[in-house]
Amino acid sequence: MTAARFTGISLAALIAATLASAASAQTIYVSNEKDNTLSVIDGKTMAVTDTIKVGKRPRGITLSRDGTQLFICASDDHTVQVFDLASKTVVHNLPSGEDPEQFALSPDGKSLIIANEDSNIVTVVDVPTRKVAFQVDVGVEPEGMDVSPDGRWGVNTSETTSMVHWIDMEKRAVVDNTLVGPRPRYAQFTKDGSQLWVSSEIGGTVSVIDTATRQVKKVVDFHIKGVAKDRIQPVGAKLTDDGRYAFVALGPANHVAVVDAKTFEVKDYLLVGRRVWHLALTPDQKMLYTTNGVSGDVSVIDVDSLKVTKTVKVGRYPWGVAVKG
Amino acid sequence: MTKLRLPRLLNSVSLAALGALLLAGAPGVGTAADAVGEIRIGFLSQTPEPPPSVANPDEPAADDGLAGASLAIADNNTTGKFLKQSFVLDSVEVPPDGDAAAALRELAGRGDRFVVVDAPGATVEALSKLPEARTLLLLNATAPDDALRGSACAANLIHVAPSRAMLADALGQYLVKKRWPRWFLVTGRRPEDKLYADAVRRAAKRFGAQIVAEKDWTAESDVNRTAESEIPVFTQAKAYDVLVVADEVGEFGDYLSYRTADPRPVAGTQGLVPTVWHRTHEQWGAAQLQSRFKAAAKRPMTARDHNDWTAVRVIGEAAARARTADPDRLIAFIQSLDFTMSAFRGAPLSLRPWDGQLRQPVLLAADRSLVSVSPQEGFLHPRTELDSLGYDQPETLCKTRGKTTP
Repeated sequence: MTAARFTGISLAALIAATLASAASAQTIYVSNEKDNTLSVIDGKTMAVTDTIKVGKRPRGITLSRDGTQLFICASDDHTVQVFDLASKTVVHNLPSGEDPEQFALSPDGKSLIIANEDSNIVTVVDVPTRKVAFQVDVGVEPEGMDVSPDGRWGVNTSETTSMVHWIDMEKRAVVDNTLVGPRPRYAQFTKDGSQLWVSSEIGGTVSVIDTATRQVKKVVDFHIKGVAKDRIQPVGAKLTDDGRYAFVALGPANHVAVVDAKTFEVKDYLLVGRRVWHLALTPDQKMLYTTNGVSGDVSVIDVDSLKVTKTVKVGRYPWGVAVKG
Repeated sequence: MTKLRLPRLLNSVSLAALGALLLAGAPGVGTAADAVGEIRIGFLSQTPEPPPSVANPDEPAADDGLAGASLAIADNNTTGKFLKQSFVLDSVEVPPDGDAAAALRELAGRGDRFVVVDAPGATVEALSKLPEARTLLLLNATAPDDALRGSACAANLIHVAPSRAMLADALGQYLVKKRWPRWFLVTGRRPEDKLYADAVRRAAKRFGAQIVAEKDWTAESDVNRTAESEIPVFTQAKAYDVLVVADEVGEFGDYLSYRTADPRPVAGTQGLVPTVWHRTHEQWGAAQLQSRFKAAAKRPMTARDHNDWTAVRVIGEAAARARTADPDRLIAFIQSLDFTMSAFRGAPLSLRPWDGQLRQPVLLAADRSLVSVSPQEGFLHPRTELDSLGYDQPETLCKTRGKTTP
């Protein structure tokens, strides 16, 4: 399966090699909340190749649609930094509002919608002009963010209010709210946009919401043998594009739950590092990376076999993770 | 678990207020026919005067406690605007020798069905027995007396602050986990110190520690000038691991550290302290509450602020979950097994039906650092590890609250 096997230099072999070793071109970026750094992991060697100083308390990170830039929530600098991956420098800051924590990029890559945790506001930034397009009031401690694949909805979860706020991106207003379990932390639309999955840290559940009606249609519960119920605290989540799995990071329970995204049954619990927080899938959906805050490392999960294959030590309190394919 | 539907209730609110609270053009959130539900919360505080012998280097702020309740009202209203619920705080401060019953009557007269009581245990107990309090829900925000949860428990009274037993158990678990099981117990001269010491003795028994020595601190004098000579003599005791002090008002406890005859840590009401809140606590989103509070009150949040914040949030959380502003339904919901809330300490808080106590994790804090959070790992309980702190169902001395099994 490796490129080294194809030593005879034919074009066909070269192409085959490139396809087979797609993982080797992957780079994983991890924000270290308490080190003010970004760890860069080579997807082939699984070694940290670089540690780069960024703004204060970096948390949410996401790639630009063209994959050349990384947006970084530098929470204690009250800004979103735009980091150029080729030159490894911060090229400019975006106006983000106070204490940005998480954000989501619109499908066209032009709008970044940002949770301003300390001021109960969501800020929408127009990325090309680097200007605030609009702000909307939401509940207490806005956190999870996503934009529907058709770009119609921006959603935000507020932790103390325990709601999903539905922002009509055209009307620039909150037009509906869905109550979910206590302390919702993360929201992700399915690839087809028909469902929104929302984790509730203190509720210990994941709510699956029907986008058309904005009603909760299913609540997924978790039980791990030998782990107290109140230590199961879902935070990050990732849905595979094929609609097969939802992976849910269970925080201090130190496990990632594997949920069948069609039947909503929990298939398995994978033991990872301590206080597992956020997740990222590789673009080919073969690997899942987790940030483990307390143990200061990243677990690597093979999606086909559902096995944890590797642990990579990074900085203090790794928080966000993004994979460049 | 569905989209928000409006509670159909209160009609006394003006159309203007309704319009202000309606989300502009929000389909599915409600129609103009739905009224805003107003929930009035009374806040009755009484701060006993500290004895003149206490030289407190950190003078408590004038709004200690009230600032926490005020922030919680703002939090409730932020959530409430999406549910057409509005929350109003009616605050009354009763002087140390003032008439708390009259204050409660006044609050009840204003239509407050929920009254947060931030007052000594004796006041809480007296208020809970008033005929006017029968239809209210009193939230004991700060009094730690176990008797209030036991023989003096009442159907109209719930307890937001942890009891002394819970605090002592939280500390005891940690000391035992550290394998420091031999305690030297030093008790102050005030009645509440005796109660704290009782809770420490109970914790020792529960978790297999021993009180190897006990002394009462009886000095009437201000120890500030004499501590260096008095305390080494006073603390001569047989071999022990930790000096556990019971001095709730802080008459002498702060003078023990670094002056004991043997080099031993101090814990209890001073030194390593079990508490609901500490300015260095930042886990589980606590950093957010800390900074929100600091921005509003211009000072760090104290344990008293946090207790009052939690008390007012109990009502807000219930109103959001039960989707009603109807006081009777809210009171029933808060006391039901469905009620849980988040309070930045990791585990969800909920009410123990047998004594009305809010079950909760307890922080263990030193002056400038958070040391641990109890319950400690390994102290198991079939229901929730939180019930390893304080009086569990089989031990409760409360006879009037029924025996619903959670």
